[in-house]
Formats: sequence, structure tokens, C-alpha cells
Amino acid sequence: MALPNKPAGELPATLNPEVVEKEVDILIVGGGMGACGTAYEIKKWAPEDCKILLVDKAALERSGAVAQGLSAINTYLGDNSAEDYVRMIRNDLMGIVREDLIFDTGRHVDNSVNLFEEWGLPIWKTGDDGKSHDGSKGLPALKDGGKPVRSGRWQIMINGESYKRIVAEAAKAALGSENIIERIFIVKLLLDANKPNTIAGAVGFSLRENKVYIIKTKAMMVACGGAVNVFRPRATGEGMGRCWYPVWNAGSTYSLVAEVGGELTMMENRFVPARFKDGYGPVGAWFLLFKAKATNNLGENYMVTNKEMLKDYPPYGLAKVPASCLRNHLMLKEMKEGRGPIYMDTATALQTLAATMTPKEVKHLEAEAWEDFLDMSVGQAGLWAGMNIEPEKVGSELMPTEPYLLGSHSGCCGIWVGGPDEDWVPESYKVRDDKGVAYKQMTTVSGLFTAGDGVGASGHKFSSGSHAEGRVAAKQMVKYYLNHKDFTPTIKQSAQELVDIIYGPVKTWHEFKDKSTHRDVNSNFIKPKGFLLRLIKITDEYGAGVSTYYMTSDKMLEVAQYRFDMCHEDSKKMAAGDLHELLRAWENYHRLWTVEAHLRHIYFRKETRYPGFYYKSDYNFVDEENWKCFVNSKYDVVNQKWDTFKKDYHQIINEAAV
Amino acid sequence: MPSFVDPSKCDGCKGGEKTACMYICPNDLMVLNTDEMRAYNQEPDACWECYSCVKICPQGAIEVRAYSDIVPLGGLVAPLMSSDSIMWTIRFRNGNLKRFKFPIRTTPEGSINPQNDKKGANLNDSCLYNETVMRAPDAAHMVTK
Repeated sequence: MALPNKPAGELPATLNPEVVEKEVDILIVGGGMGACGTAYEIKKWAPEDCKILLVDKAALERSGAVAQGLSAINTYLGDNSAEDYVRMIRNDLMGIVREDLIFDTGRHVDNSVNLFEEWGLPIWKTGDDGKSHDGSKGLPALKDGGKPVRSGRWQIMINGESYKRIVAEAAKAALGSENIIERIFIVKLLLDANKPNTIAGAVGFSLRENKVYIIKTKAMMVACGGAVNVFRPRATGEGMGRCWYPVWNAGSTYSLVAEVGGELTMMENRFVPARFKDGYGPVGAWFLLFKAKATNNLGENYMVTNKEMLKDYPPYGLAKVPASCLRNHLMLKEMKEGRGPIYMDTATALQTLAATMTPKEVKHLEAEAWEDFLDMSVGQAGLWAGMNIEPEKVGSELMPTEPYLLGSHSGCCGIWVGGPDEDWVPESYKVRDDKGVAYKQMTTVSGLFTAGDGVGASGHKFSSGSHAEGRVAAKQMVKYYLNHKDFTPTIKQSAQELVDIIYGPVKTWHEFKDKSTHRDVNSNFIKPKGFLLRLIKITDEYGAGVSTYYMTSDKMLEVAQYRFDMCHEDSKKMAAGDLHELLRAWENYHRLWTVEAHLRHIYFRKETRYPGFYYKSDYNFVDEENWKCFVNSKYDVVNQKWDTFKKDYHQIINEAAV
Repeated sequence: MPSFVDPSKCDGCKGGEKTACMYICPNDLMVLNTDEMRAYNQEPDACWECYSCVKICPQGAIEVRAYSDIVPLGGLVAPLMSSDSIMWTIRFRNGNLKRFKFPIRTTPEGSINPQNDKKGANLNDSCLYNETVMRAPDAAHMVTK
């Protein structure tokens, strides 16, 4: 006990922050692959006098999902066609995707990968000897006919520890460091006071000084990643940080846009990756490159023994590579019936490969296996070290994770955006401004764009596709800016009103902190950590989390909603004593909005579209006749009500010729 | 505690405006206590073990002790960065050691040409600045209306 209670961190939050007001033409919110793509591309299109600003809550060099690095680029088409790319994703995501958006990513993505290699990213190559060589060996670049090492049809292996640093260097050099402010967290977007449904700015605060930033803009891109820790994770101690997707992804992309009335799409989609247990290291290279098998505790390959179950879900279960959720569906049967743990048989795989190799080649193989972790999931290497797991000697356990919400990896929740303004794109996929001009990747809020995890119904773009999407958005925003050059953004609220909102949790802290002898236990407020733990307990227990083996029902979802309503009320009573806690308070507010949208969509969709990712006990089937459509939702900013509705799906690319 | 700081090595980046670890942490975890002039991880259960702070620390003062609820004690994974490669040392709980070295970059740091002198051609087509042809889906692969 120590009255007066002191704030937890090193940077106390004060009651009267300085207000910094800025006005720009184009604002980029985020610093990951998408935002870096935008930063790189935008000056190639913008006139000299166009003022552009990028704000990022982290440091560009290690911001976003690629901060740690990656061991593969999961989307590089090479000899594949963009049409086949659409077909693969359509099947993996159970039939309901925006084929226009996916095709567009497919036709641009290799261009970004070629830039990465030119900038200095080492990409593995297959030599004339048929063997793999790391990216420093001087073999021809991809654009000059160099052959990548494929770990799957769409993936190529890289030495990617510094992937993000390289991409960020290009972004900074292109946009100019003077146009980038790091450690600014955007809390809310602001609509124009005069022009309905039009973006006018954003408000946020500095994580380093007591300053509130109010930024007016004519056009904006929001690309802040997906949503992590919106469900109770399997590890709830220190290991809560070892989530599969980056722990700093707080759903800001979705909540920022939803709260100003932008239409969301396919928020019912989630991703539940089956990964190495606890460390959540990647399995792709093990399955595809090293040809390892996963088995139950009887040594059976459940993809073979449970094959019949795939027939329940035509055509998605019958494809050469069944949809990701269905592969989980087969694994879960084993776990539920007590035939776990599931193991990846790394030992047999490596021993089989090593049998025909020289000792030097075996060493190389071992390094490749470890690099897969060390490039992107060092924590998994730490787990193997601490558990004495040497993969050539023993296998390693697999487990489906807690649910994640994202739009760029193997999931497709996100925001409804415009498709390319081309003849082959259905009109209902186009999003137009008040002058009738269509813009790709514009949300249904005029002037507001997104990329990467933000773009809904178009998964499997990964790091490279997100970068390409960011570049596409750059050009579209310049086009929008030039068409609205005479627009003067006007913010409804006064600066003081905005400060009162953003620093609300600070005010609450100062007002009530000495009403208790404990810094965190106080009947007048809730701390961000307590708020988060309550939120993820609700979603886990009622919203198809791990504790019910991903099962929910409409009745359970109604309980979740009842509790969410109270979370909304209590979100106004969050208290923050220092700037780090203020960040957590608003991140958790974003998590609430995002996961609520997720469960609202699952409630609306009266079927189980993604068996293995979630199940509805009351509608435990795929209903192609009634539900092969998008589910979209929109928050009515005037009446403060959600509206959830169906939107037509259009097939553009035909089935593959057999 | 995920990443942690060795007080005998940390010099608080010599009282600079911000420490290297504080600058780089993607999750705003590393902070400097100005009384002690030492940095620390203020929220260990929000650490992704991304090693950004470990890799950037000029004093080599930061290590990772793997998550206490997941991993038994005794293992160690430690990187050593150079301008073009990274060397990893892995020590198992049983004392076994492995070392791996991987390239990280094929060009010098700071050498990227952002091509700012290049301009895109047509704002109304779908090409990026360095693309000239943009194909639509092949009619043979499209659904017939």
C-alpha cells in the first residue's frame, strides 16, 4: 500500500495535454507492410504540393506483423496465373470471396516481390544442381529468371530476418522522414461536419509526451493490422504475449472504420491456425518443404483416417488441398475423442531426407529447419531449446490456437471496399464518391481507404500482397485527392471536446486514484488489463473460443451481447495513469468493437460456414442455397445502431478445367 | 519474463532522449527508469519475443528468458547481428549447443534508391508506377454470363 497511488509506468499522463493540430492532404495511419507500400508508391503519383503524413503507433523499422521477420513470402505467383490464385483462395475460404480484389492483388504482387529483392532481401534459389541455396549466393534474381525455392505452390523461401527493416527503409526514403511521425496512436476517425459520410480527420495521442494530435485530411488510409487477444488465449500467464499473430494488433483497423459508419464484410470469418503448440511456430515448411506428417497418438494420419468427413462439405472438402478450416475439423475430431496429442513427426521427415544426403547437406537441411523459426517465431526456438526438442530426434506437438481476426493471412474478415474500375468487375463491387468516380480500396466512407488486413473478403495476400495493396491505395488516394482538391475538411468537435474524449481515462485516474489503497482495485474505475481479461473471458466462453472447442449457438451469442453492452458502458470508466496504460485502454476499446462485430456476424449467418474455425450447434451445416453470400454490417452513426445484412456474391472466375 | 535487461550492462543509452530498446519495441514495452538509468520491460505478458530489443541493444544487455508458463528454465536463444548476417546461438536445457548463421541483406544499409524521380503515367488505369500493362481475367477463365 502506498497512498497516494502512483501510475504504473515511467511516463505519467497529465490532465492538460498539449494539443497539436495539423492539416494535410493525405494521411496514412499504420506502419506495416500495407502502409509501407503506400509510402513507397504515393509520391510517384502525387503532385509536389500534396502534403502527405504517415503516423504509426510503433517505429516503422519494426512495425506490423513482419516486425520480427519472415521465413517465407507466401504470395509470389511466378508461373502461376492470377486466375488460379483466385480459385485457390475461393476454395480455402469456403466459396465466398471478392474475386475482383484477389485477382487485382495477384496481378500486382510479383512487382512488389521484385522490388524487395532489388532492395536487398535475400531470396532462396534453386541452383542448376537442383539444390536450394540461400539468398546471398549471387544466383540470378527472380526478375532475371532465377528459380525460387517453393515451399508450396504459392510460397517462396527467404532469409527474412530483416524483411521489414528493408521494406521500411524504402518507405522512409520515398516518403521522407519529415513526413512520418512515430509513436502516435490514432484513437478515432472524424467525419466532416458539413459533407455527410466523408472523412475529415483523425485524433490520437503521443506515446512519449502528453500531446493530443488532431489531424485534418482530405483522404486517409487506415491499415493497422488484424485483431489479436480478442479471445482468451491458451496461455494466460507470460505466454499470453506469444500469440500467433502480432500481439500489438488490437483490431484498430476495423473499429476505427466501423465507428464512423464504414461497412464491414465477412467479419464472421476468423482464423484458427493449427501450429506447434505454445510456441506457435510455422508449420508450412514442415508440411510442404520437409514432407512431415501429423499424426494422432496411435500414429495415424488423421487426414487419411478421417477423410470421409471431408465429403460432408463439397466442393470445399473435395479439392486437392481441402479448405484450411476443414483440416482443423479433422484434427479436432481426434482431440475431442481423446486421440491427442497430435504430433508433427519431424524426426521421420528429417531422417528420410537425410538418408540420401552428404553430411554437409544434412547440416544445411538442419539450418533450414531452424531458420524457419528463427526468422519469424524465435519464441518457438526458445521452447524447443528449453524442452530439449531436437527435431531430428523427436516430434513436436501441434494444436489449433485461439481465434484470430484478420484479412491478409488465411482469413478474410475486414472492410467492404471498391474493386478495380474496370468492365469485368460487377457494378455492385464498385464504390463511388459523390461525383460518381469509383476508387479501388475505398471504404463506403468517402475518402477513407484501407489495405492489408483491412480489405475484407480477400485473404491470402500475406506480406507481399499487403504491400501491393498499399501501393494500389496510394494511387487511388491521389486520384481522390485531385478530384476533391477544393474540399475543406471541417471537424465537428472542438479541440477541447476531443481532448476530453482521448484523455478521458486519464481524468478518471486522477479523479479517483486515492479512493482505494490499491492502484488497480477501485470501485470507480476498471483498469485496461482487467477490462481485457473480462472481454476475452466472455468471447472464449460464449463466442466459440477454445474452451468450448469453438462451439457456440444463438443463445450463447445472446449472452455474449448482453455482456458486451455492459462492457461498452464500463469502457467509459477505464482509468489510465500513464501513457502506456492510455494506449492499452484505447486498444482494448478497439478490441471490444471488433470482436462484437465478429460475433454479430456469426449470429446473423444461420449456418456454420467455417467448420473447424467455429461451429453453431443450432445450425451445424453449410447452407449453400441460402448463405452463399457476403454478410455485411454497418454502424449507423446517427442512431447508434448496427445493421447487418446480406450482400450478393458474384463468381467471376470459372471452375478449373479438369 | 520474455525480454529482460542485465543491469550490469545497461547504461540507459547514456542518458539519451530515448533508449534504443524503447525506440524499437513494437508493443511499447521497453521503458527507461531515469533514476536508475536502466531500461526494463514494463509488461512481460505482452511480449511477443520478437527480439527487436535484443537485436538493437548497443550494449548486448537484453536477453530473453522464455515464457514461464510454457517453457522450462535453462534454454537460451541469442542473436548476434552484423550488417549482412545474423548468428544465432541455441543452448538447450541439457547443455547441447547449436549455432546457425543466416544472411539478412544483400545490399548495404541505407542504399535503397526510392526512385522518387519516376512518375506514374495514367492515374485512371490500374497500373502501378512501374507497370505498363494490366491484364483483365482471361475470357476463357471467366464465368459466362
